[in-house]
Amino acid sequence: MDLFVGEEKNIYSVSQITGSIKRLLESSFGGIKIVGEISNFKPHFSGHWYFTLKDADAQISCTMWKSNNTRVRFTPEDGMRVVVSGNITVYPPRGNYQIDVKTINLDGVGELQAAFERLKRRLAEEGLFDEALKKAIPKLPKKIGVVTAIDSAAFRDMISVAKRRYPLVRLVVASSRVQGDGAAEEIVQNINLLDKRGDLDVIIIGRGGGSLEDLWAFNEEIVARAIYAANTPIISGVGHEIDFTIADFVADLRAPTPTAAMELATPDKEKILTWLDDFLISSSNNINSIISNLKDTVFELINSYGFKSYDYILNNFKQDLDNYIFRIENNLDKKIKKEKNEVELQRNILEAFNVDKILQRGFALVIQNNKVITRAKKYNKNEKTKIKFYDKEIEI
Amino acid sequence: MTAKKKTFEDSLVRLKEISDLLETNEVGLDESIKLYEEGVKLAKECYKTLSEAELKIEKMKSELENNIE
Repeated sequence: MDLFVGEEKNIYSVSQITGSIKRLLESSFGGIKIVGEISNFKPHFSGHWYFTLKDADAQISCTMWKSNNTRVRFTPEDGMRVVVSGNITVYPPRGNYQIDVKTINLDGVGELQAAFERLKRRLAEEGLFDEALKKAIPKLPKKIGVVTAIDSAAFRDMISVAKRRYPLVRLVVASSRVQGDGAAEEIVQNINLLDKRGDLDVIIIGRGGGSLEDLWAFNEEIVARAIYAANTPIISGVGHEIDFTIADFVADLRAPTPTAAMELATPDKEKILTWLDDFLISSSNNINSIISNLKDTVFELINSYGFKSYDYILNNFKQDLDNYIFRIENNLDKKIKKEKNEVELQRNILEAFNVDKILQRGFALVIQNNKVITRAKKYNKNEKTKIKFYDKEIEI
Repeated sequence: MTAKKKTFEDSLVRLKEISDLLETNEVGLDESIKLYEEGVKLAKECYKTLSEAELKIEKMKSELENNIE
């Protein structure tokens, strides 16, 4: 009987034993860390995550509530090696135990690298890195947006670059944490904030150098998508020369460092000033050569045949005129001479036949009708006749 | 009057234009001289603006930032 009674006392109900196990497990395994590989990852539409953590010989169920998983900086995928932290919990209705995951991190740099490669491949396939979609960076920006930590050395360096190269520009900074929990969300929000203004020529997102973990925010998918969606051209300048982030691939231009990003975003003041000097010299040379070319043209015109021919024509006319005058003079001379000769001749003749002299010698002229009658047959005896003697004329 | 108030960037673009026009020597003398005068004036203004410029920094306030502080 005792035996039975004793046995009776050691019997638990299912709920009792489950309750004991729950207390035992949950009090013994609080705040543990477990490393394993993710399998069977299922994000529930409620926002909670369900997956299994396994290694070669064992597996354990995991749940991660939405309140915790919003802070996770990567998208878990089957096969990823992770370290989870949390508590063992027992779920009595199913009689199973699981890990209530508080944080999940990729196990080591190798895994971060692998996650990086996976995301890079996925986004590349989706076309987020297409060169054809990259926007041109304006050469003369008026306003440059900057997403970075305002108190960082990186930002101070960017300011001094902007001051030195192109102080005409206005920097609009949206200060953002650039590492740690929530950094990616802040970066995304600030990119959106600056992009929405619509008055920025370019946005620089950047931070100084650090470990792969430090730079991780720039490898997160939400940041990549925000860069991709922005209408403003974006230059990324994250870490050092050797660091490549997902943001670099999506950005319209990748700069090796934040300072280099500011250099790429701004024209060089000295170069512009030199250009202005050159302009003053070359335009003055140009205007001088334009003027001297025109002078040459005018000179050539003046000396051209067209202009000279005016002289020729004038001279020809002058010559013609001289010719005419010469000829007229000539003819006139000849005529005058001829007339003179004629007169002389007549005078001589007249001299020779001087009537008075003949009359003096005793001859007389018979005149009828005022004409000298030189032959007898012309004499008309019925006409009045005048006889002219040397001394006197008589009528008969 | 508004056309007179050119931004630095507009002025540089205009200067480049003038420079090309004078270079190719395709405009007449009167026009060339006008362009030259305009160019010299603009270049001097640009020189002054750029030499005397001081960097301005504007802080964008985001709600998120305020929450964190």
